[in-house]
Amino acid sequence: MDNSLSNLGRIKTGESGIIVSKLDDLLNWARLSSLWPMGFGLACCAIEFMSTASSAYDLDRFGVIPRNSPRQSDVMIVSGTVTFKMAERIKRLYEQMAEPRYVISMGSCANCGGPYWEHGYHVLKGVDRVIPVDIYVPGCPPRPEALIGGFLKLQEKIKGESVLRPKGVEKLMEEKNAV
Amino acid sequence: MQFEEIKELINEHCPTAILSEDLASHPNTLEITKDSILPVCQLLHENEKTYFDALSCLTGLDNGSKAKTMEVIYNLYSIPYDLHLALKVILDREKPEIESVTSIWKAADWHERESYDLLGITFGNHPDLRRILLPADWEGHPLKKDYEEQEFYHDIKVKY
Repeated sequence: MDNSLSNLGRIKTGESGIIVSKLDDLLNWARLSSLWPMGFGLACCAIEFMSTASSAYDLDRFGVIPRNSPRQSDVMIVSGTVTFKMAERIKRLYEQMAEPRYVISMGSCANCGGPYWEHGYHVLKGVDRVIPVDIYVPGCPPRPEALIGGFLKLQEKIKGESVLRPKGVEKLMEEKNAV
Repeated sequence: MQFEEIKELINEHCPTAILSEDLASHPNTLEITKDSILPVCQLLHENEKTYFDALSCLTGLDNGSKAKTMEVIYNLYSIPYDLHLALKVILDREKPEIESVTSIWKAADWHERESYDLLGITFGNHPDLRRILLPADWEGHPLKKDYEEQEFYHDIKVKY
């Protein structure tokens, strides 16, 4: 047998094998292991988001790498105060993301308006008034641990998804059957 | 140059301009008539003894529907002489209008737009008087004392 370096790729070691899994589990595992968030920040929560991505908290270990385009992103982190002027931009960015897409609402402002809930005439009282939110992370601003907790919750949510039996279609069928 | 000397200088060139003075405020403030804002600013800006070359701040103020007045306050600074001065003009609350000072200080541009945006004060001969912070189609001026926010903005509920 020729053991020269150029033939290394052809050598069989006998270590390869077959893993049996469900398609749903495989897809979900792939999705939850590479959640790429949209890299944009709105207020002080963005600072916590940045420090979560820093070496001390190392968001990379969850496969979370901020992307600079909505087209390449899987999850949008609304990190901060959403003004009415920004709300329409956020909606458009969300619409530009490819499905499946998820939204993490980070901090009190994005959750419900935060300290601006009463007198902040220009602040949207919760980003869920313009886009659907999957995970709410409380805090003002939330610590990096809390944001990581939000990602873990989102991963749990993705684990329960099914390509073959989408929840939305099931719900539609139920409604149709009820009529 | 002291405050009194600045006052004399203004009285010399625009005798009817000054209405009152406020020595308790910092910097010392002169209340002047609405029509004299341009000549007085021109004088303070160009005179060799004052040379107020920087408009540090221009701000608007609503005194409420009881007082029925609005104010525009000009904070001036002279870099070569290290002089501070504030000018104050009192306007009618129903129709707050005043000449723009953008022809003297370019810095006035955005400050006047802010006063227009939040209080509805209109500045005559301003090069680009439109809202600076709020969306262009926003209703009302939020820093007015009797402001009520609109119910919906683009079909999104505004109130909590």
